[in-house]
Amino acid sequence: MSARVTHYEDRIVTAFTACAIVWSILGMLAGVYAAAELVWPELNLGLPWLSFGRLRTGHTNLVIFGFGVSALIGTSFYSVQRTSHARLFAPRLAWFVFYAWQLTILLGAWSLLAGWNGSKEYAELEWPFDIAIAVAWVTYGVVFFGTIARRTIAQIYISNWFYGALIIVIAMLHIVNNLELPVTLSKSYSLFAGAQDAIVQWWYGHNAVGFLLTGGFLGMLYYFLPKQAEQPIWSYRLSIVAFWAFVYSYIWAGPHHLHYNAIPEWVQSLGVVMSLVLLAPSWATMINGVMTVANAWRRLRTDPALKFIVLALAFYGLATFEGPMLAIRSVNMMSHFTEWTIGHVHSGALGWNALITFGTFYYLVPKLAGRPLHSVAMANLHFWLALTGTMLYVISMWGAGLSQSLLWLSLDDLGEVRYSFIDVMRAMAPYYLLRLVGGVLFLSGTVLMAENLRRTFAGARTVTVSLPVLAAAQRAAVPNPARAP
Amino acid sequence: MSFLGLHKAIERNTGLLIFGILVVASIGGLVQVLPTTLDDSLRAPSPNVVPYTPLELVGRDIYIREACSTCHSQQVRPLLAEVKRYGPYARSGEFVYDRPFLWGSKRTGPDVLRMGGKYSDAWHRLHMTNPRAVVAASIMPAYPWLAERAANSDGDIEARLRALRRLGTPYTDEVIEAAPKSLEGKTELDAMIAYLQSLGRHGGEAQEDHAGH
Repeated sequence: MSARVTHYEDRIVTAFTACAIVWSILGMLAGVYAAAELVWPELNLGLPWLSFGRLRTGHTNLVIFGFGVSALIGTSFYSVQRTSHARLFAPRLAWFVFYAWQLTILLGAWSLLAGWNGSKEYAELEWPFDIAIAVAWVTYGVVFFGTIARRTIAQIYISNWFYGALIIVIAMLHIVNNLELPVTLSKSYSLFAGAQDAIVQWWYGHNAVGFLLTGGFLGMLYYFLPKQAEQPIWSYRLSIVAFWAFVYSYIWAGPHHLHYNAIPEWVQSLGVVMSLVLLAPSWATMINGVMTVANAWRRLRTDPALKFIVLALAFYGLATFEGPMLAIRSVNMMSHFTEWTIGHVHSGALGWNALITFGTFYYLVPKLAGRPLHSVAMANLHFWLALTGTMLYVISMWGAGLSQSLLWLSLDDLGEVRYSFIDVMRAMAPYYLLRLVGGVLFLSGTVLMAENLRRTFAGARTVTVSLPVLAAAQRAAVPNPARAP
Repeated sequence: MSFLGLHKAIERNTGLLIFGILVVASIGGLVQVLPTTLDDSLRAPSPNVVPYTPLELVGRDIYIREACSTCHSQQVRPLLAEVKRYGPYARSGEFVYDRPFLWGSKRTGPDVLRMGGKYSDAWHRLHMTNPRAVVAASIMPAYPWLAERAANSDGDIEARLRALRRLGTPYTDEVIEAAPKSLEGKTELDAMIAYLQSLGRHGGEAQEDHAGH
C-alpha cells in the first residue's frame, strides 16, 4: 500500500460548489427572461437563440443539471467522506467527473439554444450528451461507492443511502429513456413511439423529480440538517423505513402525468394509487426532519443556514402533499396542462431544492474557507427575498392555473365552451407579471448569496481537514454527523 | 435470518445496498412499464394512419427543434369541454409513427392535435412570421427565420427516413429516393405548415368511434 493520505479531499467540493452557484444564477436568469417573454413577447427579438421554447429548455436544464446536480455531487463528496471516515476514493476519477460534468452542462446549454433538442422533458439533450452524461454518472458512482467501500466505520449512514439511490436509479432511468437511433450529430429518433414513448418518458420524468430532486436532496438533508442543528436524527429507524418505502413506491407514479391521455387506464390507476402511497414516506421524512430540529428551535433566530434548511423542509412537506393530490384523476383533470403544474414544480424547485442548497452552502463555504460567513445580515436579507419570491411565484401560478382550468372547462347553457382560448390567455397577464416579480426577487437573493459567499472565500484556500482517528467502540456505533468533525 | 438481521447486513455491506436499491426500484418498472412497451395493441396504427411525408417530417423535426411542445399540447382528452373546443379525443393508434411523442404537458397556447385544415396556409404563414398580426393578444414568439432557411439545408432527409424505417416506419425505397426532390424549393416554413396541416387528419375515425360508443 502506498503512503496513506490522511486528510479529506475537499478542494473538489469547493469546485462543485462554485460551479453550482454560477449555474444557479445563469439558469435562474434564463428563467426570469423566459417569464418576461410571456409578459412582453417582443422580448423574443425574432432571434432563434432567445425564443421562448429554446430558452425555457435551457432554463430547466441549467437549474436541474447545472445547479442541482453540481450541488448534489459536491455535497455528497463532502458528506460521504465524513460519514465513512475515509478519504475520497480515486480523487483523479472524481476530478474527471467534475470536468466532464461542467463541460457537458456548458456545451449542452449551448446545444439546446442552438436547437439540438430530443424533446423529452428534462431529457432534451441530444445523444452525444446522453453518452457523456452516462459516462460521467457511472464514474461518479464508482467514486461514491468506492469511498463507502473503504469506510472505517461499520454502518453506512442514511444520507449515503439516498445519494446512492440517486446514483443508481438515475443511471437506470437515463439510459432507458434515452435509447435512440442517431441520424446526425444533432439529431436522433426515439426507439419508442407514441403512447409507449410517453409511458417511458414519464417513468423517467417523474423519477428524475423523485430520485434527483427529492431523493438526492434528502441525502443532503440527512447530513446537513443534523450537522447544522447539532442534533442526531430523531428516529434513525424511521429514516430507514421511509427510505425503502420511498425507493419502492416512487417509481410507479409516473403515469399520473398522463391522466386521460391515450394510454391504458390500468396504468393510470396504478399511478394514482402509488402516488397516494407516496405521501407516507414523504411525510415520514419531513416529520423526522422537523423532530430533529425540535430541540434547536431557538437557533432559528440567529442561524441563517438552519433557517434556510428548516424552511426548505416546510416546502418539502407542502410539495409532497400537493403532488399526490394532483395525481388524483379528478383533480388532475383540472390541473393538467395549466400553470398549476408550473406552480407545483416551483414550490418544490425554489422552496425545497434551492433553499436547502442555499442553507447547505451557508454552512459549507465557511467550513471550506476556514472562516466565518462574511455577512449574516446579507444572508438574512437573502432569506426574505427567497421566501417572498417563492410565495409570489407559487401563489400567482396557483391563481393562474385555477383560472385556466375553470375557464377552459366551463360550458354555457347550450353545452358549448363559454370562453375562447384567447380570452383565457388574456386573463393570464397579471399572473404572469406577478410571477416575473417573484422570479426577480428570488434571483436577486441568489446573487446576494453568491457575493456573500465569494467574499467569505476570497483569497482563501480550501482548508485541509485530517481524517479522525476513532476507537473501536466508536467505529461500531451508528454514525452521528452531529458529532463527527 | 430475521428481517432486522437481514437489514443489519445490508446496512454494513456496500454491495448488498447497491443490489437492494436496484431490485426494489426496478419492481415498478417491470410490472408497469415493461409490459406496456411490449404491448402490440399500443403499436397498432388506427385505420388510415400513414407515415409523415418527407416535407411533413421535416416540419415535425422543426417543431421539435423550436420546442413548440413546451407551450402546445397534442393530446385532446376525453372530456366534453375539450372535445367541444379542439375536436375528437386522442387515440393511441394515431401516434404510432411519432418518434418522439409530442403530447406535451402544458398549454400556454392551445392544443394543436386537430389543427390541420382549421386555418389556411396563408394564415399560418402570417402567424408564424408575426403572430400578433393575426391574433392581437398572442404571446407566441415570431419565427421569421423559418422562411429564410431551405427545408433540406442539412441534406440529411434520406438518412432520417432510413433511420425511421429501421425503427419500423414503413417508408418504401421510392419514397426515400424521391425525398430530396420533393423538398426542392421548399423552405422550413413550408415544411412547418405542411406538418401543422397534417395534424388531426385521423380525427374523423376517432369521431365515428366516439359517436358509436
